Amino acid sequence: MSASTTVSSTSGSSGASGPLTNDGQPLKRSLARALRREKFRALLLISPLLVFILVSFVMPIGDMLFRSVENKIVEQTIPGTVRALASWDADSAELPDEAVFAALADDMMLAQEIKIHTRLGSRLNYDQPGISSVFRKSGRKIKGLDHEAAMAGFIAIDPAWGTPEAWTTLRNMKAWPGKFPATAQSWDNWKAWYLSEEKEELDPATTIPHGFTYAALYHDLAAMPASSIDAFATSKNTDAAALFKNLVGQVDSIPSDDFKAQFADIEKGWAELDNWQAIQRLSPRIVDSYFLAAIDAERTAEGIESKPDNERLYLKLFVRTIFMSLVITGSCILLGYPVAYLLANLSVRASNMVLILVLLPFWTSLLVRTSAWKVLLQQQGVINDLLVWAGVINEAGRLVMINNMTGTIIAMTHILLPFMILPLFSVMKTISPTYMRAAKSMGASDSLAFWRIYFPNTVPGIGAGSILVFILSIGYYITPELVGGTTGVFISNRIAYHISSSLNWGLAAALGSILLILVLALYWTYDRIVGIDNVKLG
Amino acid sequence: MNATAQSSTEVRGAAVRFDHVQKSYDGVTLVVKDLNLDIAPGEFVTMLGPSGSGKTTCLMMLAGFEPATHGEIFLNDKPINNVPPRKRGIGMVFQNYALFPHMSVAENLAFPLEIRKLGKSERDAKVKRALDMVELGAFGNRRPAQLSGGQQQRVAVARALVFDPDLVLMDEPLGALDKQLREQMQYEIKHIHESLGVSVVYVTHDQTEALTMSDRVAVFQDGVIQQLSSPDALYESPQNSFVAQFIGENNKLSGKVTARNGDLCTLVLDDGTQVQAEAVNIGEPGARSTISLRPERIELQPSESRDNIVDGVVKEVLYLGDHLRIVMSVAGNDEFIVKLPNGGRKTIPVEGQVYKLGWSAVDAKALDAVG
Repeated sequence: MSASTTVSSTSGSSGASGPLTNDGQPLKRSLARALRREKFRALLLISPLLVFILVSFVMPIGDMLFRSVENKIVEQTIPGTVRALASWDADSAELPDEAVFAALADDMMLAQEIKIHTRLGSRLNYDQPGISSVFRKSGRKIKGLDHEAAMAGFIAIDPAWGTPEAWTTLRNMKAWPGKFPATAQSWDNWKAWYLSEEKEELDPATTIPHGFTYAALYHDLAAMPASSIDAFATSKNTDAAALFKNLVGQVDSIPSDDFKAQFADIEKGWAELDNWQAIQRLSPRIVDSYFLAAIDAERTAEGIESKPDNERLYLKLFVRTIFMSLVITGSCILLGYPVAYLLANLSVRASNMVLILVLLPFWTSLLVRTSAWKVLLQQQGVINDLLVWAGVINEAGRLVMINNMTGTIIAMTHILLPFMILPLFSVMKTISPTYMRAAKSMGASDSLAFWRIYFPNTVPGIGAGSILVFILSIGYYITPELVGGTTGVFISNRIAYHISSSLNWGLAAALGSILLILVLALYWTYDRIVGIDNVKLG
Repeated sequence: MNATAQSSTEVRGAAVRFDHVQKSYDGVTLVVKDLNLDIAPGEFVTMLGPSGSGKTTCLMMLAGFEPATHGEIFLNDKPINNVPPRKRGIGMVFQNYALFPHMSVAENLAFPLEIRKLGKSERDAKVKRALDMVELGAFGNRRPAQLSGGQQQRVAVARALVFDPDLVLMDEPLGALDKQLREQMQYEIKHIHESLGVSVVYVTHDQTEALTMSDRVAVFQDGVIQQLSSPDALYESPQNSFVAQFIGENNKLSGKVTARNGDLCTLVLDDGTQVQAEAVNIGEPGARSTISLRPERIELQPSESRDNIVDGVVKEVLYLGDHLRIVMSVAGNDEFIVKLPNGGRKTIPVEGQVYKLGWSAVDAKALDAVG
């Protein structure tokens, strides 16, 4: 109302659809145009940082988080098997049929040739312990598989099948690759295998594929209704018709290599239902198995279930991490509040001096500080020696204060204390001393004035400090690693282990994602209870 | 204001007495030197002085936030040196209001009542009455930050009064307000004081404020009260050059006392001019003295015979609407100011011309010598 009157008085015209400028343009548009240049310049100013953050923070984090669900390796390593296995009912108490084993033989032939089968074994091993050795041991023996039977069967029916021309004809058919999925996959495998083995591109005009591809062709044909083969045999494509003419009614007579039995001979793990269920479960490109592992759960035949007690690890670690971070935050408040108060109420000279003392830890190496705590806290260390000397404890009762939770809490409180003191200090500095005087002039005692007037005004500082300390400590790594022993380590130590030792990056990413979600959830809770605009850094 | 008018009959204020009070912060210099001051119940006394003159220190000693180094302060004839601030029962308005930012206006006002353990209903009634008194009845639920400076100021006044103290201290409470609001608040505070009958000790460096509001004004300089008197006496008969200089506008004429004749005396100015003045604060004949002369008591081209008639050269004429302000050179003083009320006269003094100036001997106060 008042806006439109203002504008009409300056422009002399006021349209029904909002105010206009003198030249009749809508005022909003003119304003936006006038501000666009400024916005663009502002964007230009922050763009170096924006790009830096995008490249060095957002993209790596995004990639890391994506790794927690990403699972392309199975489909990339054994694509034919994954496809053939899709139709297998995992709940039936029977092993997959021969077609799956034929595809596996074909896929493994290529995988062991280019040496990627053990990587798949390691990946599957995270969810199916023991399967890694099945893959590793099979690799050496794949080359020894008998795979010529189907090929011989085709050639026996029609010698034309033993010529490169037959394959050219087949690949030129309209039904290729739609009706021959396994064969087409196998042909690609064969091409890759040939390139790796012979160090040159294969020439389809001179080469016929190996027996695995004939086996795949057999299984594609066997899966088709007989009418399809009749259709091929009578199609207008005369080459194809000639090729399939003799096959009509003969497909069933082609002998099988019985890869199922051969695999069971190579490694008995291939005859175990569990392993096949795991492979099928982990076939999709996106899986939740890392997240399930990160919360000590697994997918069984009955659905998602918690692991047995003795195998649970991560939930306990998450709870411990949160608990210890809360304790550390609490100790930082208790120790930091009086220091910040002192800082805020001393003369400028003295407070600068104390501030330097507060910041001094920042100037020494984190490693040195943590190691210093080791010297102080160990059982033969300074504090225990002093206590024994003073007679507080006896020689046998030396306190265990390091390589456990106590050590981590003490060392981390010390390290994170400045992050509590500084925001508290800057908030306290803005609190006018006249508030306390006013309260006292109204009759409040010192403690009442403190709790009713001073303390509520420092809550934003406590909030800011707590968020800083809590978020820093929940992801802390180096100090717990050094002084935490086994009972004082955080979830981040486990993440580091999976990143650098076990190389299970997916699980590390899942644990990291859960940690991130936890922090965001706590932040949200904090916002709901205290209000995030109630946080002041100064 | 109307709501409180009916309770204006009785005077309930407290009496305050400073008895030889001294204060030093560093043990070397005295910020307050031998202060003696009596404040009657219900009186409005202003401590006026430039910054660093010791006026705020006196207020803080009275409030109990600074201990007196020597001497005793009495509140209703009881010594209070060893009474902590919270037990003195003195209301206080601070320079920047000191409203508690985390509490609403009503909670701010209720705070002193809660400490006094008043019941909820009584508390609410008092808070409401205090807010009505400052005409902010509808603002109880606001936070101080949501109020304008003037509103915050009123809340601060209401909070200082809500627990019915006998004495209210105000430490430059209007310093942060703009001129118009400041003048309005001066009247409001004065009216509240008149209707409630409490004693008020008010600290300011603004002389207009002091003259408008106070029953008596104590002019501070160098930790000493230079003069303690009513506003008109302060203006009309300053006791020394500092007060004359500090309160209102003032022309200085330096000279030597030649003779004293009862209340009057004769001086020879530095350029040889002989003038008559009232002898207020001078030494024996022969001693130097400074005459203080208010600009509006000087007549240009005096028609009748005046006690003193002196020549002056016009240097500058400023038109200020209701009056003309003329800067002249008179008896060696190049910043001699004359205020001519704007009576619609046609002739305006011309720059560079010599004019005769005249004033009465009683309007010229012969005071201690300056410079």
